[in-house]
Formats: sequence, C-alpha cells, structure tokens
Amino acid sequence: MFLETMLLTFKVALITTIILFSIGIPIAFWLSTTKSKLKPIFETIVSMPLVLPPSVIGFYLLVFLGPSSLTGGFFEEYFNTRLVLSYEGIIVGSVIFSFPFMVHPIQSGLQSLQKSLVEASYTLGKSKFQTLFYVQLPNIRASLLTGIVLTFAHTVGEFGVVLMIGGNIPGETRLASLAIYDEVEALNYDLANQYALTLFAICFAILLIVYIINRKFSGVLK
Amino acid sequence: MIEIDIKKSFKNKNEKIDFHFKTTIENNSINAIFGQSGSGKTTLLRLLSGLETPDSGFIKVDNKIWFDSKKKINLAPQKRDVGFVFQDYALFPNMSVIQNLRFAQPEKNEDFLQELLEIVELKELQNKLPDALSGGQKQRTALARAVARKPKLFLLDEALSALDNTMRQQLQDDIEKIHKNFKMTTLLISHDIAEVYKLASHVKIVKNGKILKEGLPDILFDESKISGKFKFSAKILKIQKADTIFVVTLLIGGNLTKVVATKEEVDKMSIGDNVLVASKAFNPIIIT
Repeated sequence: MFLETMLLTFKVALITTIILFSIGIPIAFWLSTTKSKLKPIFETIVSMPLVLPPSVIGFYLLVFLGPSSLTGGFFEEYFNTRLVLSYEGIIVGSVIFSFPFMVHPIQSGLQSLQKSLVEASYTLGKSKFQTLFYVQLPNIRASLLTGIVLTFAHTVGEFGVVLMIGGNIPGETRLASLAIYDEVEALNYDLANQYALTLFAICFAILLIVYIINRKFSGVLK
Repeated sequence: MIEIDIKKSFKNKNEKIDFHFKTTIENNSINAIFGQSGSGKTTLLRLLSGLETPDSGFIKVDNKIWFDSKKKINLAPQKRDVGFVFQDYALFPNMSVIQNLRFAQPEKNEDFLQELLEIVELKELQNKLPDALSGGQKQRTALARAVARKPKLFLLDEALSALDNTMRQQLQDDIEKIHKNFKMTTLLISHDIAEVYKLASHVKIVKNGKILKEGLPDILFDESKISGKFKFSAKILKIQKADTIFVVTLLIGGNLTKVVATKEEVDKMSIGDNVLVASKAFNPIIIT
C-alpha cells in the first residue's frame, strides 16, 4: 500500500511535469515576447494558482469537469474518460495547479537573456523556432531545470486540489500527501511518519541537487 | 547600390526624436558612420538590418525592396542578408567558436569557415567556448560569424569601441582583410577619426537623427575645424606649487601631461575640472 501510493504520487508528478514542460515553453515564450495589451490579463491567469486556495481551484474543476458539465460531458462521451474522481482528473488538476511553477522560471529566464543573442540569431537568418531551440533554451538551462523541479516537487506536495477532484481513491487518486492525512486520522502515526519522512527526504534531495546544479550552470553561463 | 529614405520617431519620456535618413551607399564600399552618441547611428544600422521597423519610407538594395511603407513590404531580418556585428559581441555561450560560425551558415562549407578562422587568427581557439576568450578574440569571432554567411551588407555597431588600442588596430586590420577578400558593402560606426581614415572610403556624419554631411573622409576635417593649433580636452588631476609658478597635471586621452600655469590661472582651476588645452607655437614630430 505504501509503495503503491508513493509510486502513484511520483507518476502523477512526472506526467504533470512532462505535460507542463511541453506547454510551458511556448506559453512562456509568447509571454516574454508579446506586446499585446492583454498580456497582464494572461500573466494574472497564469499566476492565479499561486494565490488561490487549492480548494477553490478544486471546487471549480469539480463544477466544470464533472460529468454533468459541458466539458466533462464532452470528455465522457467522446473519450470515455471521466475527469473527476479519477486518475486523469488529478492530472488535469495538477497541471492547472502547478502552471505558474513551470511558466514563471522559463519566462524570466527568456526575458533576462541578452537581447542581442536573439537579434544576432535573427540576422544570421534563423527563424524564431530555430532561435528558441538552438540559442535561447540552451542558454537558460538553469531556468528550465528550476521550472521542472519546482513543478515536480509542487505536484508531489499538493493536497487540496487532489482531495477535491480526486476523492482519495486508493491506488488511483490517493497520493502521498492525502495518505498522511488519512493515517493521522486513523491514528496510525507510524505509517504517517513513514510517508512524511519519505516525502521530506525526497523533496530535500531534489531541491539540494537543483541548487548545486544551478550554481554550476551560473558559473558557466554569465 | 543601396538607396535609403526612411523615417522613424521615438518617444522618450520628455522628448520626441525624429530620425530621417536619406542616402545612397555604393556597392563594395566601406562607409563610416560618424557622430556623437545619441545621434542615431545605431538606429540607422538597426533599421537597415530589420531589427527596427521604420515608420515610413523605403530601403532598396540593388533594386530589391527590403522595406517600402507604401507597398507594405517589410522583409524580416532573416530575409535581409546582412551580417551584424554587435557591440556586446552577442556570441552564443553554448556554442564553441566554430559552432558559432557553423550556426551562421545556411549551407555547410567547412573550408570557407577554416579560411575565415585563418584570417582572424582563431584557428587554434576554434573549439573554445566564448567565455574562455578575451575581448578581442570574442570580437574577432563575432566578425567571422557575421561574414560566415557571406552577407550582402556588413554592419558593424561600434564593434571596436570596447577594445584597447593594440586590439583595436588588429581588428581594423582584420576588417580590412575581410573586405579585401569578400568585398561586402560595409557600414561601420566609429567615433575615432584615425579609424575612419584607415578603413573607410566614404563617411556619413550623423547628427540629431539626420545625415548632416557625406563624402570622402576629408569632410571630417571641415567638421572639426582643424587649424595649425593643437587642441585637446583634458581633465585636471593635480595642481602643485613650484617656486613662483604652478605645475598642473592633466589627463589627455589616457596620457598624463604636465603644463605650467600662473597663480592667476590656477585660481580659476580646481581638480577634476574638464578643460581645453591648446598650444600655438610649437613644432611637433610624428613618430611612426
């Protein structure tokens, strides 16, 4: 049971991170270059999960993704997938909840990169796409790593959204943070401690590695 | 031939600056853009390269239109076939010298790159990352990278101003060599009369966003109204009393000079003042 829950937790975190990495880069790129007047609105939307109580997000996800809602109904009918009280549901919830943790570091990395690097690449005939992949992203490795790790660690640690949308189903939506709560409620302090200590150690190790690697990157670049 | 007639306004906090550049540039010539900082030299290069868009006008290069506000044509920087050398080098930190050059080539031509590296004397350093290079080496890499795609128009934005004198002369030689070999139409920004004289066949003097005067490098002399006198701007570093007179130590363009002054003169001076030093009757020798 313990192992199953831990594996599920990291699987959800990994998938969330992969999804957010692939959609975070284009969104961060757009935010870092756009001159649109709507930019503050989009930036606000991206940042909302930072300040909103997770239960608010969880509540609205329940409302908008439930089987009787338009989106939920659509997914249920065409993809045979239920987005609440399910594994898919907590992935969707995690992606939304961890959004700023991926987008912010990448956006600020892109913005702080010397402008002339991009301009030089353009004058050398390289498209925006080539410039992003061969010049910009390789030179903001530290920001990319920060985004990946923060997203991963944040997803491992989330509670409220997963509880609201996942419903705490063992083996499907019960993640480690929920398991701790359950075990404490059942007065199984030993097991709770096992979960808590494992999470603590893993999160500590991940962050430590990031800071060490980032120090190395920033020594090489800039 | 390159024909330009472009306008662009910039709004600062307090003022609006109007740029209007109207000129022609001969093919295969080296043109120096000369003028004070803030006069619009860099803007001219950025407008030509497509990094900035003019408000109106046209840029025509050998009858090919790069920009025309009336016909709504505006080629992207990628399509303009320019080589731009940035003041801050803008080398890609994740690529070695040779990778920087390779990245710039539309089609692979390793022989040409090696020839280029030979010219700028970077053959031995080609596998080093930019961070391991000195300022001069970085600038030579940037120079070679801009040439690597054999651009039609070669633009140098104060490419040499950050370098010390020896480095600068070597870079000037490199620019001369590159031009001799590849004959690209070149526009370079410079503050240095000697540099302009050494490299350029044409000079355009830019002031307040307009081309004030253009022609052979000799026009610079009319501009600075040079007479038989020596005249330098200097900074006062020290004022010392020596018997009945005073000795003033001055800093002139990186060199220290001592000049004698009277009590009345010294009374008007203080340390740190910027002054003009002129001399009429003396016979200078030029050592080469």
